[in-house]
Amino acid sequence: MSAQLLQLICFYAFAAVAGISALMVITLRNSVHAVLSLVLTFFSVACIWLLAQAEFLAIALIVVYVGAVMVLFLFVVMMLDINLERMREGFIKFLPVGIVVAAVMLVEMLALIGVRAMHVMTMGPDPAAAAGMSNTAWLGQALYTRFLLPFEIAALILTVGLIAAVVLTLRHKPLTRRQNPGDQVRVSNRDRVRVVKMAAERPQESES
Amino acid sequence: MADLLFHEVLIPVLLILAIMLPVVLTVAMFVYWERKVIGWMHVRMGPNKIGPLGLFQAFADVVKLLIKEVVIPTNANKFLFFLAPLLALIPALAAWAVVPFGQGLVLANVNAGVLYLLAMSSVGVYGIILAGWASNSRYALLGAMRSAAQVISYELAMGMSLVCVLVLAGSLNLTAIVDAQAGPKGIFDWFWLPLLPVFVIYWISGVAETNRAPFDVAEGESEIVAGFHVEYSGSAFAIFFLAEYANMILISFLAAVLFMGGWLSPFPVSWGWIGHGSILWLFAKAFIFSFFFLWFRATFPRYRYDQIMRLGWKVFIPITIVWVLVAGCMKYLGWVTIGG
Repeated sequence: MSAQLLQLICFYAFAAVAGISALMVITLRNSVHAVLSLVLTFFSVACIWLLAQAEFLAIALIVVYVGAVMVLFLFVVMMLDINLERMREGFIKFLPVGIVVAAVMLVEMLALIGVRAMHVMTMGPDPAAAAGMSNTAWLGQALYTRFLLPFEIAALILTVGLIAAVVLTLRHKPLTRRQNPGDQVRVSNRDRVRVVKMAAERPQESES
Repeated sequence: MADLLFHEVLIPVLLILAIMLPVVLTVAMFVYWERKVIGWMHVRMGPNKIGPLGLFQAFADVVKLLIKEVVIPTNANKFLFFLAPLLALIPALAAWAVVPFGQGLVLANVNAGVLYLLAMSSVGVYGIILAGWASNSRYALLGAMRSAAQVISYELAMGMSLVCVLVLAGSLNLTAIVDAQAGPKGIFDWFWLPLLPVFVIYWISGVAETNRAPFDVAEGESEIVAGFHVEYSGSAFAIFFLAEYANMILISFLAAVLFMGGWLSPFPVSWGWIGHGSILWLFAKAFIFSFFFLWFRATFPRYRYDQIMRLGWKVFIPITIVWVLVAGCMKYLGWVTIGG
């Protein structure tokens, strides 16, 4: 009983932190602070997933989003020189549009929740626990056997995206001097120093 | 309720202390050992004035750092300035939770131990970036950028080399990984042999991950003074120092656990008492690996920044990707025996 209570308390604590930090993302004025509260949001959500015993998803969320995506995001935000005054100028002008978009999204989300509530499915038993193996092992087997094709398609799409990003930013400038490490390693002293043989000379007497 | 508190709170806290305090003490003595070893390699004496053989030098340093003033630069972001050292230290210490010291001698025997380690090492980069940004200094920001780019790049090579270990061991649990390396041939049953290229890459990536020489462009004294922690003094600097050294020792322990059989003995079991596994073997292996850190520092000149990036992306990552396939074939064709 008390272990369950502890779990419930933990859930509400993590959920509260996640909610508050998500709010802070859009209310804080300092953009670096906003990014950091987004990191905190991800972290608390990962903790909630851990409570639900989805350990692989929780740690993958931290590795991928906290460890890589948000670090790059933080870089970009740090490098940008954001002028807050200019960003505030159009606030009143665009307020009606913003309210309309927000209202439409709210209605759509409520409708989605309503549709889901109409045909509620009770969750089956945890397949990992039923198979008697750890969550991560079950996920790995499922991904590479039952869901192999979707998994490979997702990998292909990501690879295409990666190559596209590289190609888009690749610019050949004709005058760029580039290093070839192979040539650098193969260089010998004969390429760099020329030894000249010449007869000894006497310095000319100056006239003064 | 009191029973629950005792079992779920008090005992774990005591166990955590039983790991943390030795780690911090080891860091202190490791700093002394580093100065001594590098001194010998430079044909100097190293610290030898405070205490017998200079043994108390590390504690004198700690006291000096703790009583110095912490200077906050003008226009620095105060909150992040003080948060950054903590963000660097917490993951460095938290990662120790899953390190197995012996059969069943582990604080948290989690199933996804290797993933947890990857997560902790990737979170540690926040301390560095925030320190660089919050100091409001050009040098610190440049150092933070270099360091973060380097850590992210080498994390990929490191993660891929860990994938090879996982393929062979068939588990993410560190204790299971060590058990998979047990066998009648002793040292030749460990993963370093079938995974030799990956083992070397793991180790070099580990050195690069901790921003140690020859990959310490993030500190680069001759160019950017000291990098991300240039504005830190006193105890705040000491915390960064502690985090860096705790990470070095952690990487050494992980190299021993993942590739060198953890607590297993290098001799065959049939040789009697010397063939039995013991925590002392693990300590000896980790000590040798941590010695390599110091050896590298005294031996190699610093890499240039573009060379570091080239090595990580164009050399290490392709090799590890190929070796994942090789490891898969080894496992599939049964070339390596897993577990005794």
